[in-house]
Amino acid sequence: MIRDITIGQYYPGETWVHRLDPRLKITVTLIFIVALFFVRDFLGYVIAIAALGGVIAISRVPLGFILRGLKAIFIIIVFTFALNMFLTAGTPLIKIGFFTVTREGLYGAVFMALRLVLLIIGSSLLTLTTKPIKLTDGIESLLGPLRVIGVPAHELAMMMTIALRFIPTLLEETDKIMKAQMARGADFESGSILRRAKNLIPILVPLFISAFRIAQDLAMAMEARCYRGGEGRTKLHVLKFESRDAAATLLTALFVLLILFERVYSDEIRAFLAL
Amino acid sequence: MTIIKIEDLVFEYRRDDESPPVKAIGGVNIDIEEGSFTAVIGRNGSGKSTLAKNINALLLPSGGAVYVDGFRTSDEGALWEVRRRAGMVFQNPDNQIVSAIIEDDVAFGPENIGVESDEIRRRVTDALRSVDMYEERKKSPHMLSGGQKQRVAIAGVIAMRPKCIIFDEPTAMLDPGGRREVMDILLRLHRDGITIVLITHFMDEAVKADRIVIMDEGEVVLDGSPAEIFSRPDRIRALHLDVPLAVDLCDRLRRRGYDVPPGIVGIEEMVAYLCR
Repeated sequence: MIRDITIGQYYPGETWVHRLDPRLKITVTLIFIVALFFVRDFLGYVIAIAALGGVIAISRVPLGFILRGLKAIFIIIVFTFALNMFLTAGTPLIKIGFFTVTREGLYGAVFMALRLVLLIIGSSLLTLTTKPIKLTDGIESLLGPLRVIGVPAHELAMMMTIALRFIPTLLEETDKIMKAQMARGADFESGSILRRAKNLIPILVPLFISAFRIAQDLAMAMEARCYRGGEGRTKLHVLKFESRDAAATLLTALFVLLILFERVYSDEIRAFLAL
Repeated sequence: MTIIKIEDLVFEYRRDDESPPVKAIGGVNIDIEEGSFTAVIGRNGSGKSTLAKNINALLLPSGGAVYVDGFRTSDEGALWEVRRRAGMVFQNPDNQIVSAIIEDDVAFGPENIGVESDEIRRRVTDALRSVDMYEERKKSPHMLSGGQKQRVAIAGVIAMRPKCIIFDEPTAMLDPGGRREVMDILLRLHRDGITIVLITHFMDEAVKADRIVIMDEGEVVLDGSPAEIFSRPDRIRALHLDVPLAVDLCDRLRRRGYDVPPGIVGIEEMVAYLCR
């Protein structure tokens, strides 16, 4: 069962979105996130949703797959929604016991929830359409200029690469240790949560020891293959900025302009639409 | 021409700062010819694995010297020259693969020594083809069998174009199928002219070599061709080592009065003799 886990949440594909330069995709995602905070009213969200919808359509990642990613933060969304709804002062709409739902509160709640959902979908789209290993390459390349001020770009990327490589290995190791202990009568399935958590300690200790052993072996193997840090290192995959990346840059610029335009002239637009 | 020269090699280590040094290797002399296939065998703790790590400069001698292609391993400036000439394949197939994608892992060595990316691509393709793993190049290592992982590790070494490859018990953790795959690749590399040093405790693998070095308690106790080494099985048994099946069979046949000619060490030769 442990053998067929997928790392991260990459949705394999060969679409235009998948093939974009990872550096560009990271940058665009960051821009999208910042742009969401510039949105002042629902019309701005219409633009953001349209843009996001377009990207999802091109990437051919099923919507259900994306929405599944929202499950993890569902509680946070509900919590934010409730807080905003009950704790904003303004014109009262409904009274439930101590709580008063105000007009402004309801508006703010929907607004915030929408922002959260868009944030999550936008950033998960990055990991859904980019292989973890390419993401690592992109991060290394983007952080490259920061080396001057002491950011260990190559080392960070190498750590991510190794972490990705050894997740399945450590899972197998955990499986082995659990089976070995179950064979000797350990019980991981019954009891209270606290008890079950306590029972995990005898797994963690050997797991740590085995992780250190693996690290030692791997360090030796890397040294034997002439690894000596990022200095003077070349790469098999050279990131190239291609025409599709230029097109994506233009589209992003257009999106940012639209969002800013909507923010500045929102009153005029509303007046125009009301006509 | 000698490619690896081991001169009076002594290797000592300490368990901790206070304890006295333990001698893992005490004065070993071995010259290895370019293009040869040498097997080093010995019990656990005989120093054979320590010897292997000394050839690749992963460990540095406490006394004596090791030269690879003329470069002295203890010479700091020559470190990378030594390591790119003498590649190493380790025992555990899992703990020597760096990347989550096969072809990226094979590229790791060439990337480290600063090969241009077009050339890396060529080398990765060649290396993966030569271990029959080209079809799997996009896969993740955890989807492969032990033998396949070990072949990927070999490809990673080949891509650096080393002159010799040291195999440190490469088949110890594999099933018989994986063991055969790795040995086939190893023999193929030997035919292509790469110098092979195989550390092993499987006698049936050692008999395929041109030369066998037997180590015990940090010293070389026997050194010669497989036929010479196994001409007296009693000496091998005295060192608490097994003898290959064919040698054992010859020995038993002789004791029963059959006149078996000397020099039979491999299964194939034995079959040829019996079926003549």
